[in-house]
Amino acid sequence: MNAAPILNPFSLFVASIFTSNILLANFLGMCSFISISKDMTSSNGLGMAVTVVLTITAALNWVILHHVLIPLQVEYLRFIVFIITIAAVVQVLEMVIDRVSQALYMSLGIFLPLITVNCAILGVSLFMEIRNYTFVQSAIYGLGSGLGWWLAIMALAAIRKKTEKSKISPGLQGPGITVITIGFMAMAFVGFSGMLAVQ
Amino acid sequence: MSAPAQILKENLWTNNPIFMQILGICSALAVTNLLSNTMIMTIGVTFVTAMSNLTVSLLKSLIPRKVRMIVQTLIIAFYVIIVDILLRAYLPDISKALGPYVGLIITNCIIMGRAEAYAQANPPLISMWDGATSGFGYMAVLLVIAFFRELLGFGTLFGFQVLPDSFVPWTIMVTAPSAFFFLGAIIWAGKTIMNREGAPA
Repeated sequence: MNAAPILNPFSLFVASIFTSNILLANFLGMCSFISISKDMTSSNGLGMAVTVVLTITAALNWVILHHVLIPLQVEYLRFIVFIITIAAVVQVLEMVIDRVSQALYMSLGIFLPLITVNCAILGVSLFMEIRNYTFVQSAIYGLGSGLGWWLAIMALAAIRKKTEKSKISPGLQGPGITVITIGFMAMAFVGFSGMLAVQ
Repeated sequence: MSAPAQILKENLWTNNPIFMQILGICSALAVTNLLSNTMIMTIGVTFVTAMSNLTVSLLKSLIPRKVRMIVQTLIIAFYVIIVDILLRAYLPDISKALGPYVGLIITNCIIMGRAEAYAQANPPLISMWDGATSGFGYMAVLLVIAFFRELLGFGTLFGFQVLPDSFVPWTIMVTAPSAFFFLGAIIWAGKTIMNREGAPA
């Protein structure tokens, strides 16, 4: 797993979607993942919103980190600055979508406020910093992680539709069986990490 | 039962943040492969929850309702930065192993949830106690998961070898899926016992 950072952008893209899936390998964004995945339509909307916000914030936070925080030697403020950037991007995006398309706002806009507190978004920015990605790598990693998250939530929502109708022991109903299902999904995704990994 | 004892029981058991409310499990899963990491991480979370609950409760009349989310986030971020700087200074190895998960305490839903649900409407000291006990509830579950993952994955506890050399470590315990299975099993056990005790609180 501890391979040297992959420089090839395409491998990074594939790895961040599949083998190093932000949700299944790094456990980020679980809270909204479990509560939203009851329903496929909302899962789709939230997945799309996460992908858009992740790509923008990963790139933007890279610029802020390397051109503002490091020159001023105030890297320790990065947590606060990252979270403010994320909140601001979400707010701006909400206003823009509201102006541009009412239909898109109805399907996407209602999920945007949920995203500010989604750990995946902040997590990607922090991984980007720790792994010393370049600007292009950060943007690709953000996009790939978003797509990976979207894929995972859609897959789980589909599986949960089936498990709803199954007979499950009362103690395991609801979150219990969902977490175990995620465990099996994680096995399928992480199983290929020998082929390609970002760490 | 007096109020503090009641809060302790609720947060540790009947309303445990992890297995009853399913909050804050992002970091719960990521840091539980080694006991010592888990210990430090949960102490950090407990500190941040208690202090941010105290601060939010003290400032609650000063914060306009409309911006309270962002103010709460900033309060939490402030304490997380303190934890991060302390870890970097005194425990650099563990700080490195925890990586981004220290920063991710900010988005841990338990902290935000307690600030919003409890500290917003209660006096400071009891809010701080509520935050601390929520942290203990989180700590208890994480330590159980970490105990089994480290024991079976490495044959050690807190880094000391406890199982004989002939024991073959279970590789899956070190990887991500085992964390999900353990969490599922704990939720299962907790709920089953609670169902047996009667209607859940």
